[in-house]
Amino acid sequence: MALDTTALRQAGVATDGTLAAAIDGRATIFEMTQAAEEAVLRPQDAGPWSHELRAALAARIAVLNGETDLATRYGQGAGAFADLADPADDGAAQGLTEVVGFMDKVAADTRNVAAVDILGLQAAGVADADIVRLAELNAFLAYQLRVIAGLRLMKGAFA
Amino acid sequence: MTKVITKFTRNVPHWQPRVTPVDLKEASDEQLDALKVTPSNTKVSEYVLTLAHDVESLKVRSPLFNAIMYDKGGMSRAERELGALGASMVNHCIYCAAVHAARHAQLEKSTDVTDKLFRDGAKADLSTRDRAIFDFAVALSEAPSRAAPEHMDALKAAGLDEAEVLDLILSAALFGWANRLMHVLGDPVRVGETRN
Repeated sequence: MALDTTALRQAGVATDGTLAAAIDGRATIFEMTQAAEEAVLRPQDAGPWSHELRAALAARIAVLNGETDLATRYGQGAGAFADLADPADDGAAQGLTEVVGFMDKVAADTRNVAAVDILGLQAAGVADADIVRLAELNAFLAYQLRVIAGLRLMKGAFA
Repeated sequence: MTKVITKFTRNVPHWQPRVTPVDLKEASDEQLDALKVTPSNTKVSEYVLTLAHDVESLKVRSPLFNAIMYDKGGMSRAERELGALGASMVNHCIYCAAVHAARHAQLEKSTDVTDKLFRDGAKADLSTRDRAIFDFAVALSEAPSRAAPEHMDALKAAGLDEAEVLDLILSAALFGWANRLMHVLGDPVRVGETRN
């Protein structure tokens, strides 16, 4: 069965194309990557971060990384949180200023994240388990976005 | 007084969580299953106990991590470690950089490459192949990615085939993930200097 994953689709890589052998050799990794997307974007136990909010944050992180097509795709599931997909929105209207600020910093200024950023979330009333959930969502997207960017380059180089 | 390490080192620090890890005694069945806790295996790191707060992610992350770093074929294990190190240096994840520099040195039976990278940073004098691998990993790890066709040309010119380039993409990208957990959720501290 042909692999159908977000990463391959967004990179425009056909599983029967020039990269077929390399992709096929790592098929289980692409399958697990897709399973990870389910786990962070559409978990059974979402805690306080609904699937819609997660989709909005994912779209926002995709925008911060210049992946507008993926942002559109994720943004389609953002529902009432759709405004947050725009990095210019500070989350104040949804009472999520701390959360949005944290997600932006982890996504785009990772090296400067410090203990004070975690303390800020805790002070805003975010439980430790829910801080881990935010970090996992952010961290997975960092991975997926870079797999897409890398595959796209690879497709051009080995065409 | 706990001393947080801020400089790159191959001496693996202790990882001190900034949030309270899951208490193994209070863990749910699903968490125990994800943690692979059995009566004969009750040793679980604070890092994994921290990630157990998001058990659905933990369950899929661990096998994915192992597949990308250790599955047979493709790029050598040492070179995957170099990809991981490039990402970790961009994101300034001291803990990840230490672990993967140490593994690189162990696999290569030489500290030469990681000595140079920690001493001279991006300007380190590397072989053509290591240079291409490290530069690509660094560029891909910036936010947004700065990886460009020139990086891909350099990888091909250095002799990497498609399977090797794919493994490099995966290992560098994976550390975009790992760094955002390790560096965000905890501090690297000197062994023996943990907060009580």
